[in-house]
Amino acid sequence: MGEAIVITSGKGGVGKTTTTVNIGTALALTGKSVALVDTDIGLRNLDVVMGLENRIIYDLVDVVEQQCKLSQALIRDKRFDCLVLLPAAQTKDKAAIDPSDMEEIVEELKRDYDYVLIDCPAGIEQGFKNAVAGADQSIVVSTPEVSAVRDADRIVGLLEQEDMDPPRLVVNRIRNHMMQNGDMLDVDEVVSTLAIELLGAVVDDDSVIKAANDGQPIAMDPDSKASIAYRNIARRINGESVPLMNFDDDKGVLKKVKKFFGIRA
Amino acid sequence: MTEKETRPPRVTIKGTRDGLTFILDDQCSYNELLTELHEKLSEEQYRLDHGPLVHVKLFLGKRYLDDQQIADLKEQISERKNIVIDDIRSDVITVEEAENRRKDSRVTRLAKIVRSGQVIEIRGDLLLLGDVNPGGTVRATGNIFILGALRGIAQAGISGDDRSIICAATMQPSQLRIADILRRAPEKGEKVEEERFEDLECAYVNGQFEMVLDQLQRVAKLRPELNDEWNVRTVDM
Repeated sequence: MGEAIVITSGKGGVGKTTTTVNIGTALALTGKSVALVDTDIGLRNLDVVMGLENRIIYDLVDVVEQQCKLSQALIRDKRFDCLVLLPAAQTKDKAAIDPSDMEEIVEELKRDYDYVLIDCPAGIEQGFKNAVAGADQSIVVSTPEVSAVRDADRIVGLLEQEDMDPPRLVVNRIRNHMMQNGDMLDVDEVVSTLAIELLGAVVDDDSVIKAANDGQPIAMDPDSKASIAYRNIARRINGESVPLMNFDDDKGVLKKVKKFFGIRA
Repeated sequence: MTEKETRPPRVTIKGTRDGLTFILDDQCSYNELLTELHEKLSEEQYRLDHGPLVHVKLFLGKRYLDDQQIADLKEQISERKNIVIDDIRSDVITVEEAENRRKDSRVTRLAKIVRSGQVIEIRGDLLLLGDVNPGGTVRATGNIFILGALRGIAQAGISGDDRSIICAATMQPSQLRIADILRRAPEKGEKVEEERFEDLECAYVNGQFEMVLDQLQRVAKLRPELNDEWNVRTVDM
């Protein structure tokens, strides 16, 4: 029996979909079987970021309306056999399904997959309620911006009322230089405000945007800092204890390595 | 007449510096009491119609009067134009009143982070072990004590008690309200005249109906009524 994890944020545009795709890919890299579910009905884009748009035949609403079997609607990823996507419908809206439908689908997916990642739409209305319905765990994505943190706080409050484990936090789009200048909230401030466990922090990396446009998840690229961050998050979800990445520039990392080996920098 | 002289009076009137104190017998019937009060007030020495304003306090002893009876009593005494009733005091209250007072003065402990969009409402005092995040609201009929950071909205004395206070370990509220007096955080760049500490502060309403933020240590002087002295034992070495 797998685990269902909803990925949510409240605010739009903070990187829920990117986070879902990359955590999913990174989990698949570790050999786990993963199903991604796009619940943003009417505004789907998980398939685009994964480069699977052209393969969609059936979608989530078709499954709910019993136009097809769940297995028929699942799209296998190009890169991993153990990674599948259940796309959202583009033509319907969020009222087309209700929380009990989601519970059923997620329950069925959990039987076959180690992880079911549910990409939640922005907002706190029907779409959010649907996405949260079947989840056992939750990940809240926020950027280090006051407005995103405010909405994340609201979401954490709502998630705490649900019958699931306490939510965990991913801070996305960190800009080192701005954080060091104090022009941006730093990760510690976000964590202390939200007072939930930090699952990982991802730097703002131009290659993330390029990769998303190419339909090639950044988590595939072993050199990108964002990719390493996502892989670390996946390992933490798997229960490994991985220290947080250092956000300083490379010199700092080198310093740390030297310090580790007892060499004076 | 003889009977009246032997039994103790049902209404005893004493003069004090602040006015008159009426001590009313709590054993006789209510009607007897009213009758005698009427007689007393009709006596020549208490005919005060033409004198200066007299302030009167009533002591009911262990007699319980309901609202209607108190209104009757007030009306009877107020027949004398220049009498002002300052206070009506009784040694007894109903179980319901006692229960209400207990609820109003109770401290509710809450270990929680009050998050954006959440509103917590408390009857009595609130002791919050946690933060109030921006966009969160705590409301209490009594005082609010926050052992974490207050970054949202706190409203104390919501049923009108402007003696209520708001304390926080970290005081960075977006808005404070005590009874109907409001104060918001200064906008960025807005000039702030008073000295702020932000850590361990209390907010209270001063004599000019302005909300003031001050060091927590000042509370002892400002609100001595906060002390539950009956439950405190000071051990001297």
